[in-house]
Amino acid sequence: MTKSYQEIPLTPISDTPSTVNITGLWRVMMPVVDREKCKKCTICWKFCPDVAVKLVGGVPEIDYQYCKGCGICAAECPSKCIVMVKEGEQ
Amino acid sequence: MRMVMTGNYASAYGAKLARAEVIAAYPITPQTSIVEKLAEFVATGELKAKFIPVESEHSAMAACIAAQTAGARTYTATSSHGLTLMHEVLMWASGARLPIVMTNVSRAMAPPWSVWVDHMDSIAQRDTGWLQFFCQSNQEVLDTIIMAYKVCESSGVMLPAMIIEDAFILSHTSEPVDVPEQQLVDSFLPAYSPDLKIEVGKARGFGSLVKPDQYMEFRYKAMLAMKEAHDRILRVEQEFKHVFGREHGGLLERYRCENAETVLVTAGSVAATAKDVVDALRANGQRVGLARIRAFRPFPHDEIRSLASKLEGIAVLDRSYTFGAAGAMFTEVKASVYSCQKRPVMKNYIAGLGGRDITPKILERIFEDIQVIAKRGAEDEVEWVDVAGLPRRWR
Repeated sequence: MTKSYQEIPLTPISDTPSTVNITGLWRVMMPVVDREKCKKCTICWKFCPDVAVKLVGGVPEIDYQYCKGCGICAAECPSKCIVMVKEGEQ
Repeated sequence: MRMVMTGNYASAYGAKLARAEVIAAYPITPQTSIVEKLAEFVATGELKAKFIPVESEHSAMAACIAAQTAGARTYTATSSHGLTLMHEVLMWASGARLPIVMTNVSRAMAPPWSVWVDHMDSIAQRDTGWLQFFCQSNQEVLDTIIMAYKVCESSGVMLPAMIIEDAFILSHTSEPVDVPEQQLVDSFLPAYSPDLKIEVGKARGFGSLVKPDQYMEFRYKAMLAMKEAHDRILRVEQEFKHVFGREHGGLLERYRCENAETVLVTAGSVAATAKDVVDALRANGQRVGLARIRAFRPFPHDEIRSLASKLEGIAVLDRSYTFGAAGAMFTEVKASVYSCQKRPVMKNYIAGLGGRDITPKILERIFEDIQVIAKRGAEDEVEWVDVAGLPRRWR
């Protein structure tokens, strides 16, 4: 709903985090983790620009609601335990 | 206390007296001595501020934006290519409604490479939503910085301001400057305390995305703020005069314009030369005057209109050129004059680009020219002055 200019602040302020914006739908390629091969180095977790890698017992778990499928985690993973798979073909 | 100082030191003292809390800057000729002086003030403890040396002008403005969003009063200074590199973030500063004050030492754009004065850099930023003040003297530079903070920080305005001093003519030339007492400045300019800022423990995003259904309302508010700035500038200058005993002419300084037939409109340091020329011509019985554009944004449309309706001719001297159009000041003045019942003859003179001297002789010839064509009508609306290869001789 459009607010009148008198009702709005000087500049747009958001009180809610961007988590309302489900970006997982943008994905074309999805990262798939081979939990057995993971060396728990946490590099994928550090590199994810969208905080879509969670660590569960030191092993990555991808949050597919937000992961845009950029592939940085797969590219950075030294033990090659993350592979990018075309959406719908996993 | 009266001191002899350059325009750049006047800028530094202005920022110091205004108690800027965060200064982020990158050096560029001929601005560097402003931030060098400020760095010295901070290093010696004379100014309690955080000095952030950055890797570019874009970063300097970005740092000021962040600090100002956190509630600090910020200052930076730049020139020419530094200013144009900032362009994107200048838009951000005004859209985020942050009353940052910055000195721009106005310098020509390259190529041809030049470090000398013209107004192309400043004029190119006229649509960024910043207030723009062109100064004539070093005293005016210092005073305008202090006044600009007060204008910009008022709740009805909340927009940034650019204080423009001419390269070398002001930046590196010493003049006597009255440096007011800190106590007096403190009584005039209270500490900055914005209604809205980043607060620890309260997660908020600033400048977030809005959809087409809400964008225009934010721009409309900024438009109203710029209108409000017009009246604020006048009110703050009256307060300033009351406290410090000086004033500089509001948005449009009118010098000997009473009963004038023709008037020269210009901005910056050349106005000082033009005042001497007006005095000489007046002594000769010529009814001429000078109108100096002090505020280019907001533009003094009403002031120009009320002046123009009594005139026969207006010469507008631009120290920059908007390619494919005319001088930017000429275009604006002409737009103001259009709604006058009786319109004077107008002509645009492009002069002094890249630091070329605009001598009293040249200004005399401009007055001579405009007085002649005011009687017979303008032939060439825009004339480039003192260009080798053109038939007319100006010197």
